[in-house]
Amino acid sequence: MIEAQGLTKRYGRTVAVNDLSFTVQPGRVTGFLGPNGAGKSTTMRMILGLDNPTAGTVRINGKRYSELHQPLSKVGALLDAKWVHPNRSARSHLRWIAASNRIPVKRVDEVLEAVGLTSVAGKRAGGFSLGMSQRLGIATALLGDPGVLLFDEPVNGLDPEGILWIRQFMHRLAAEGRTVFVSSHLLSEMALTAQDLVVIGRGRLIAQTSTREFIDAASESAVRVRGPEMERLHGVLTSQGLTVRDVPDGDDGPAALLVPNASTDQIGELVGKVGLVLHELSTKRGSLEQAFIQLTGQDVEYQAGRPGVPGGGPVAPPQAAGGVFTPPPANATTPGGNGR
Amino acid sequence: MTLLTVERIKLFSTRSPWWCMILATVLTVGLTTIFAATVKSQDLADFDPGTTQFAYNFGLVVMMVMSTLAVTTEYRFSTIRSTFLAVPTRTPALLAKGVVVAGLAGLVGEVTAVGSWGLAKVIQPDAPLSLNTANEYRNVFGVGLVYLFASVFALAVGLIVRQSAGAIVIELVYLFLLENLLPAIPRIGDHIQHWLPFTVGDNFIVANQTHHADGPPVIEGMPFGPWGSLVYFAAICLGLFVIGCALAKRRDA
Ligand SMILES: Nc1ncnc2c1ncn2[C@@H]1O[C@H](COP(=O)(O)OP(=O)(O)OP(=O)(O)O)[C@@H](O)[C@H]1O
Ligand SMILES: [Mg+2]
Repeated sequence: MIEAQGLTKRYGRTVAVNDLSFTVQPGRVTGFLGPNGAGKSTTMRMILGLDNPTAGTVRINGKRYSELHQPLSKVGALLDAKWVHPNRSARSHLRWIAASNRIPVKRVDEVLEAVGLTSVAGKRAGGFSLGMSQRLGIATALLGDPGVLLFDEPVNGLDPEGILWIRQFMHRLAAEGRTVFVSSHLLSEMALTAQDLVVIGRGRLIAQTSTREFIDAASESAVRVRGPEMERLHGVLTSQGLTVRDVPDGDDGPAALLVPNASTDQIGELVGKVGLVLHELSTKRGSLEQAFIQLTGQDVEYQAGRPGVPGGGPVAPPQAAGGVFTPPPANATTPGGNGR
Repeated sequence: MTLLTVERIKLFSTRSPWWCMILATVLTVGLTTIFAATVKSQDLADFDPGTTQFAYNFGLVVMMVMSTLAVTTEYRFSTIRSTFLAVPTRTPALLAKGVVVAGLAGLVGEVTAVGSWGLAKVIQPDAPLSLNTANEYRNVFGVGLVYLFASVFALAVGLIVRQSAGAIVIELVYLFLLENLLPAIPRIGDHIQHWLPFTVGDNFIVANQTHHADGPPVIEGMPFGPWGSLVYFAAICLGLFVIGCALAKRRDA
């Protein structure tokens, strides 16, 4: 378990992390989500005792990192895959780290095997591809078989296969009862990886909830209905005081009606009473990126001149999302909304 | 003990320390060999143990560079962070690095010194190269100790500056410019010179000898005898290292 209390970090005049409190539970993957420059890496460095907090404390299983004896057997971290001497071989790199915490040498070969680097163990790490470096970083984190694992943007720059591999790896680690804390600036990625979320923007806590709740609260949901008699359908729905939008024939399928803030039960019953035929009745969700921008809207550090979007609560999707996020198509289906 | 092993693995699993060791040895022993082979027969009586060490500064600088790089490359590639993750109290890891790196520098200093003297003795068996007096022993075997503490000095500069080029430039400017130019200041220059660490460190090797044309420079009126000089030099180097460790412990890694 990781507990942060009022964690604050100033670099000169920039406040990188501002009075941040959260807890990370064992047995689950907890996502640490925030736009670029939100303070995720800084927070992770403070958890690991590399940077001194300006104020506040962070404890791992009740202790500060610096109080841990043989810390690598309790906490494993991948903050940056490039923290390796380029002229040292992968095995030498792991060997010195293992030696520092009295981890037996045979463990080096085990973790190399686990991440699939056995065949290149003797090669210099400087020649590794990004994916291989990332795997070496994960091997380093796993070396002491720790109960707490921290990963800073582990899928950055990886191909889909690598992303899938890392995602499954984290699920497995959490299933073994470990505490897994993984940062990302992509909600869509976290939706697939994390069960819980700690969301920050500009160094402040925005939300700490389950991923499910965060997405539900943040994204607009609407019911999509379609049938052979669209005119009558439209009339029936509006007569009940529901807002109805026409969706033209497009990528989402044939022309249909979109009813925000309604449930499929409600509409199904309504339409059944008047005996109308339906070809489609489904829930559509706003994209995760929209949800994320909505919630972190006021807290994106590097935004490209966009009018402030009121934060909190489900509000209309922002019209022009500038800055680091590309505006996604309206009302895309929630990726991976279920089946975790 | 384990941390010594760690630093040993780190040092020897990259190539640059090997190059530095080879370069230091080749420079000192090579130059001495050339000197020994070309010394004129009328100067042979002056070819004493002290003279065989005339090139030790070259090897010393190379080993100082190696020592600095042992620290600054860790900052450059952020392996210092992995080190501090493994040893969060930081100081034990830095002390272990000091012991391993400075120990190696001392060993190289000793090997080059004995190598230079031994080869000179082989090439010029008629020269007065046998070691009899305490002075003559220090002339040869003292060199390793100067290497050792100079390496501590270089480690400290690396810890304070944390950047290879900057740290090495500072060391070279200090060694070759400041220690040579400060004594040139009128009136107070001499007094300053007597307290410059590397000048005093060198005095440990050459103290109590009379200067002659080919031999190493011997400065008169130094405040300490040979062992006092070594203690002073060591204190400065270790003091700087303590400052470096304190900074490394306090600063964000
Ligand atoms: N060593 C430092 N010195 C000065 N400012 C820093 C330092 N480290 C981080 N910052 C600043 O602190 C803020 C937070 O940076 P941080 O790297 O923690 O963000 P992040 O959430 O990890 O972003 P990203 O998604 O881009 O990795 C930024 O404004 C950054 O410029
Ligand atoms: Mg970051």
